[in-house]
Amino acid sequence: MWDYSEKVLDHYRNPRNVGSIDNADAIGEAGSLACGDSLKIYLKIDNGIVTDAKFQTFGCGSAVASSSILTEMIIGKPIEEVRKITNKDIADALDGLPPEKMHCSVMGHEALEDALKHYFKEEAAQQEKIVCTCFNVTEKQIWDAIKDNGLTTVEEVTNYTKAGGACGRCKGIIQDILNTYNKKSAEESKMTSTQMVLKVNKIIETVIAPELEKDGGGIELIDVSGNKVMVKLYGRCSSCKNSLVTLKSFVETTLREKVSKEIEVIQV
Amino acid sequence: MIYLDNNATTKVDEKVLEEMLPYLKEEYANPSSMYDFSRKAHNAIKEARGKIKDFINAANEREIIFTSCGSESANMAIKGVLSYNPAKRHIITTKVEHPCVLNTYKEYEKQGYEVDYIGVNNSGELDLEELKNKIRKDTALVSIMWANNETGVIFPIKQISEIIKSRSPETKFFVDAVQAAGKIPIDVQENGIDLLGISGHKFHAPKGVGMLYINAKTSIPPLITGGHQERGLRAGTENVPYIAGLGKAAELAACNLEYEAKEVKRLRDKLETGILSSIFNARLNTSITNRVPNTTNIGFEYIEGELILLHLSDLGICASSGSACTSGSLEPSHVLRAMGTPFTSLHGSIRWSLSKYTTEQDIDYVLEKLPAVIEKLNKISPFQRELEHLKACKGV
Repeated sequence: MWDYSEKVLDHYRNPRNVGSIDNADAIGEAGSLACGDSLKIYLKIDNGIVTDAKFQTFGCGSAVASSSILTEMIIGKPIEEVRKITNKDIADALDGLPPEKMHCSVMGHEALEDALKHYFKEEAAQQEKIVCTCFNVTEKQIWDAIKDNGLTTVEEVTNYTKAGGACGRCKGIIQDILNTYNKKSAEESKMTSTQMVLKVNKIIETVIAPELEKDGGGIELIDVSGNKVMVKLYGRCSSCKNSLVTLKSFVETTLREKVSKEIEVIQV
Repeated sequence: MIYLDNNATTKVDEKVLEEMLPYLKEEYANPSSMYDFSRKAHNAIKEARGKIKDFINAANEREIIFTSCGSESANMAIKGVLSYNPAKRHIITTKVEHPCVLNTYKEYEKQGYEVDYIGVNNSGELDLEELKNKIRKDTALVSIMWANNETGVIFPIKQISEIIKSRSPETKFFVDAVQAAGKIPIDVQENGIDLLGISGHKFHAPKGVGMLYINAKTSIPPLITGGHQERGLRAGTENVPYIAGLGKAAELAACNLEYEAKEVKRLRDKLETGILSSIFNARLNTSITNRVPNTTNIGFEYIEGELILLHLSDLGICASSGSACTSGSLEPSHVLRAMGTPFTSLHGSIRWSLSKYTTEQDIDYVLEKLPAVIEKLNKISPFQRELEHLKACKGV
C-alpha cells in the first residue's frame, strides 16, 4: 500500500491529456516495456510557446500521475520556462511521491528532455556511458538526479533512477559517482579565507550572539585560521559548568550548519 | 467488496473466532500452570495438536510444533536441518520459492553453502530431471514448495521425495505447504515428507499462528530458546487462542476440500475463461490443470499491474500483482520471470485467488467491470500499434 497524495490519486484516476498529437512538433520517449515503465510525450509548439501536450504511459499509478501533471505544467508555457522544469518540480506538483516512486518523476522529466532535444535538433548526446545495464540508466541521468534532488546514498539513487534496483552489480559504480559528485561540489563550495571570516562573523552576530544574550552571555570572534574558529565567551556562559556543552552543541553546530561542515570551534 | 486475494490472506471463519474467544476472555490461564484453572487452556492446545495431526496425517502428535507464522516455520526447518548436519554444505531448492525461503538460502550462500535453484518451464512446472542430476551425497536439504503462491501450480511432492530418497536417503526434505493447506489434501506420510510448514491465516485462521511438522526421524534444535514449551523446540508461552483457532481452521478446511475442488474451482474457471474470452490482451500465465483450485494468474499485455489494481480497488475489487511497482522492489515477479513470461504481459500480471466465501455474484461483477477498466488503461498505453496488432491477430 503506497501513501499516495490526493493529487496522485486524482491524476491516475482522471489522467489529463491522454493520447497522441498527429502532427506533433516534438515527441519524447523514456523507459521501456522490459523495465516496467515507459512514457511518450507529444508537444505542439507555436512561437516558442507549448500550445498542446499529450502523453501515453505504461506504468504504475504514480507514473501516470507524473505524466498527467507534467502536461498540465507545460501547456501554455514558453519553451524556455519548460526547459527549466526538473523531476523535483513534477514530484512537488503532485504534493510529493513515495521515495521508491521518485523514478516516475525522473522518467517524466527525461521524456520532456528528450522531446526538447528533438525540437531543438540537438545532437543526440554522444554515446552516453550506461551504468545500470538492467534498466539502461546512463551516468548523466544518475548525475542529474543526484544534483537536482541532493541525493546522498546509493539507495536514494536507486529510488530516483532505478539504477542498481535489479542485479545490483552497478552499486559500486553509483557509489563512485556519488563520491565524485561530493568531491566536486565540496571544491566548488570552498571559500577564500576572507569569505570565510566574513561569513563566520555574520553568523555569530546575527544568529549566535542574540541566542547567548538571552541567557545573559556574550561571544566575541577572535580569529579564524583555516577551519579553526577562535572565540571568547562572556558573562554567565564563561563561568557556567555547561559552557563546553554550550560551545560544542550550539556555536559549533550552528557554524557547521551555516558555514562549513569542517569548522572546529576553540574557546580562548 | 469483492475479495479475490486469498493467497495473500483470508477472512477469519466465524467458527474459528468462536473457538478462540474463550481463551481471549475467561480462560486466560497459562497452559503450563499447575492449578485446575489452566486445564482448559492446556487441553485446547492438545486438542488443536490432534486436529493438525489429522489434517496433515502425521504419525504422531509429537511431530507438530506450533509457531507464529509460515516464515518462522520455514526458518526453523531450514536453519535446524543445516545446523545439525554441519558437514553437508549443499542445498537444493527452486527458483520460484517464497521469499521467506529464498532469502534464507541467499544468506547461506554468503556463508559458503552451495545452493542449486531448480528451474521451471513456461507453465511453471518443475524440471525434475534437473533435480535428479543435482542431488548429491552431501545434499543436506531439499526444500520445495507444495503449491506456488503466484500461479497456484502444484509440484509433484511424492515423486520428488522418491527421487530424493532413491539418490540420497539421508537428505532431508522440507515442504513449504503454506499455499497448499486448505486447498488440496496434505498427507505427510504418503508423500514422504520430513518437514512441512503451514500458516493459519491462509486458510481462515487469524494471522500470527503457524505450524511446523518434523517427522520422528528428523531432529532439529529450537530457533527460539528459553522455556520447555513445545517439548523445548519452541520456547515462549503458547499462543493459546490462536493455536485453538488454527486447530479449528484445520478441522474446517479438511471438511471443505471437496467444495474447494469442485465449487471454488468452478468459479475460478469461470473467471478465467470469462476474462480470456472478453479481453483481447489477456494472457493466461499458466493453463495447466495441476493447480490449486482457487488461483489463476492472468497478464494484461502492454498495461501495468499496479495501475490495474488501483482501478480495480476503486471498484471495490481486491486482487494482487506480480508487477515490480506494487512490491517496492524494482523487479517484477521472480516466479513469472523464472517461467519466461514475456515482458509484454509480465508487468501487467494479476493474480486472482478465490476462497470458500467467493460467490457467483462476485465473479459476475468482476467479469462485468473488468473489460471497461482494461479498455480505459489500453488507451493510456504508449504501445498502441502493438495493441492494434494483437487485436487483429485475435480477430477482434
